Amino acid sequence: MKTRRNIFAFAALAAALALAVPASGRAAEKKDPIELTNVSYDPTRELYAAYNKLFEPHYEKLTGRKITVTQSHGGSGKQALEVANGLEADVVTLALEGDVQIVADAGLIDPGFTAEFPLDSSPYTSTIVFLVRAGNPKNIHDWNDLIRDGVGVITPNPKTSGGAMWNYLAAWRYFELQGQNDAQILESIRKLYRNVVVLDSGARGSTTSFVENKQGDVLLAWENEAFLSLKEYPGEYEIVVPSVSILCQPTVAVVDKVARKHGTADAAKEYLSYLYSEESQVIEAKNFYRPSSKKVRERFTAATGSSTIKAVPADGRWINENVHLTDIKHFGGWAKARAVHFANGAKFDSIYERR
Amino acid sequence: MEPQTNSGPLKWTLITASAVFLSVFLLLPLAYIVATALRQGMDAYLAAITDKYTCKAAWLTIQATLWAVAVNTVFGIAAAWCLTKFAFRGKKIISTCIDLPVTVSPIIAGLIYLLTFGRQSFLYPYLDSWNIKIIFAVPGIVLATIFVTFPFISRELLPVLTAQGTDEEEAAALMGAGAFTIFRKVTLPHIKWALLYGVVLCTARAMGEFGAVSVLSGHLWGKTNTLPLYIELLYQGYDFTGAFAASSLLVVMAIIILALRLWLERRGSKELDIRK
Amino acid sequence: MKFRNGNKRKSIIPGFGLSFGVTITILSLVVLIPLCSLVVFASRLSPAEFLNIIMRPRVMASFWISLSTALAASLVNAVMGIILAWVLVRYEFPGKRFIDGIIELPFALPTAVAGISLTHLTTTNGWVGKVFYDLFGIRIAYSWLGITVALVFIGIPFVVRSIQPVLEKIDSQYEEAAMILGADSATTFRKVIFPEILPALISGFTLAFARCIGEYGSVVFIAGNTPYKTEIVPLLIMAELQEFDYAAATSIALAMLAIAFIILSANAILQSIASRRISGLN
Repeated sequence: MKTRRNIFAFAALAAALALAVPASGRAAEKKDPIELTNVSYDPTRELYAAYNKLFEPHYEKLTGRKITVTQSHGGSGKQALEVANGLEADVVTLALEGDVQIVADAGLIDPGFTAEFPLDSSPYTSTIVFLVRAGNPKNIHDWNDLIRDGVGVITPNPKTSGGAMWNYLAAWRYFELQGQNDAQILESIRKLYRNVVVLDSGARGSTTSFVENKQGDVLLAWENEAFLSLKEYPGEYEIVVPSVSILCQPTVAVVDKVARKHGTADAAKEYLSYLYSEESQVIEAKNFYRPSSKKVRERFTAATGSSTIKAVPADGRWINENVHLTDIKHFGGWAKARAVHFANGAKFDSIYERR
Repeated sequence: MEPQTNSGPLKWTLITASAVFLSVFLLLPLAYIVATALRQGMDAYLAAITDKYTCKAAWLTIQATLWAVAVNTVFGIAAAWCLTKFAFRGKKIISTCIDLPVTVSPIIAGLIYLLTFGRQSFLYPYLDSWNIKIIFAVPGIVLATIFVTFPFISRELLPVLTAQGTDEEEAAALMGAGAFTIFRKVTLPHIKWALLYGVVLCTARAMGEFGAVSVLSGHLWGKTNTLPLYIELLYQGYDFTGAFAASSLLVVMAIIILALRLWLERRGSKELDIRK
Repeated sequence: MKFRNGNKRKSIIPGFGLSFGVTITILSLVVLIPLCSLVVFASRLSPAEFLNIIMRPRVMASFWISLSTALAASLVNAVMGIILAWVLVRYEFPGKRFIDGIIELPFALPTAVAGISLTHLTTTNGWVGKVFYDLFGIRIAYSWLGITVALVFIGIPFVVRSIQPVLEKIDSQYEEAAMILGADSATTFRKVIFPEILPALISGFTLAFARCIGEYGSVVFIAGNTPYKTEIVPLLIMAELQEFDYAAATSIALAMLAIAFIILSANAILQSIASRRISGLN
């Protein structure tokens, strides 16, 4: 009897404690330090962890107010959807303009967000490269090597991953520049996706499949992800830069409606503008994003444009300018690219149709 | 007790089969988690489990679990009492509805709350004007956890109460006892071990919920990341030591809970024997 | 019998209003209202649109994968569940308590953790996967087999814990009588024990089956997620959600829900048939 009462008393106490905490947490929110929530996509977690450390003291020095930034990372499309669904983000920093548009379509971002910050609101860019195993045993150098028999490709699902859409479009552009017509390109892409061993739902999942679980021969990856793998696993991988790739422009925006409600609009704006400052651009470059500042970019540009990179250069100059980059405007913007390629029943679905 | 004493070979074949099966499916993954968590030595392990975000995630998981246990205990007792002590129409339907959450995919569990409380729901404007955050906040995580563990306690209580019948309660009622007195003095002693067992099961399942919580969490670091979600995050951040170290925390909790269960069962059966 | 009588007349036990009220309130808030919103959302589609979504080849393929892996895993668990329950109830051996204790591990271990470690173990260079790949050329992770392995893990406790209490209650006199009458142990099991545990087996099996169809956390890591090959239904729902296609997501979810309902009802019907047969025998 006694033990039972003790158990129940303990349970009741613990429960009361737990239930009291969210209430007290809510009361504390009203107090001085500003809380900013940045909802971003998968590979930027290290970038924003570093950037927040730079931004928080900067903001305090600038305004005298303390600020803490909460990060959230996941597949870009999923993150956009969650914000559109009520996840209260003050700013979004997503993999592509199309995903920010989803949030805008929900009425949360004022129109014209691509003009709010310089360079189409993308403070840093990236591109798609290949990551292969050391020594490049399958001799992979360009997109047409990916459609050979016996090459195992790892890429995430374009239906769920922003990075994967860029992968797909980069491949498309390559075959287009080879002079293939639409039907031929589709056939080449079909072959490419037939070689896909694991179709993960996000970029990070794919990297793990390739790097940790040793699946496939080549990973189609964000440049920053590929360099991170070189850094984390020295000597095990090589980056192969294809002749043609795509200019990925991750887009940032203030979620105006939420920021106004939280009273954080100014802080949110400063958070994104500061991404263009020189010290921030250096952090971006150090995390293997291509900085938009010319000056910083030159500091990180490799002298030789070799298409095979075996290690992170000791001098930190990693940017390879020796690649033909196409941007999304070539595909008519995101709305069109999505409708033509990724919507239900569109081109990507037809690849997987059984014939 | 042992009618099959003469079939020695069969006995050992079956025992071996069971042991091999469980080793491969249960123990090997456990061993793998522990081995990977300690791959980089004890210091790295300790650093990983005392990490700020790991601790916050663990605390959130504990909170959600306690909520789920509290709500499901109240519900389980009420539902079991109501379904076994009284006769009314629609009993079967209620009973089926209670079971439904176990068979619903966790993803759907997340989806239904998203549809009910999300921005496209007709409830959203009201919730927003009162500044109530449900999804992508702690309450959503709690709701999802309650949902996936919903029948666990009532399912443990129902058979016990059905077997016990209603005689004792009726006698007590005839003597003029009120509902709470009857419950405390007559019913509770019968169901106490089943109740605790249900609580233990509920706790176990609540701690580990991933799918439903993943849909509703929003993955705000240090705010709405539960331990299982944070493990996924670490895993994808190349921090395998961290991921498996955090997993080992859950493994330890799981083992404590399982030990508790064994102890409860032993106490329970002993007490029953005495009563008999 | 007494219980039946109690059922027919109005109960004199107090507390019906309170317990019924609490039950219905929590049930509505947690389960019914949210489920209704799913139905409401799906009802914005016409039946033709609904069928159109459900009949898409990719959706049908994922249903097939989910159902077939869940069935295979539940069958494995049914067989192993009987053996485990039998071993735990009828035999004494060192380590029995330990085995009994870890049966619930799949409940207690987060599915994501289980998924990650199972994947690592069964990829072609994992502890187990390497053996299978080198010896037989079988790939476990990222295949149909991998999903089944994860689901076997998830389903272990269900069958064991359903059968165990029933097995404990079976009077060994019947078995002894059967043995004395000359039945061998296989016949005794088939004719005496199996019919007794059948209802429990069915309910354990259906619960495991239902749980496996919906499982997400452990499967996403091990599945490989290739459309038509290793894409399960919950993953497809997630994918549709991420494509902002609420109509498709809710339609598929509704179809899954219908399957869950069918499974539960089938269980209820089979239970009542089985218990009638047993009471008829008595």
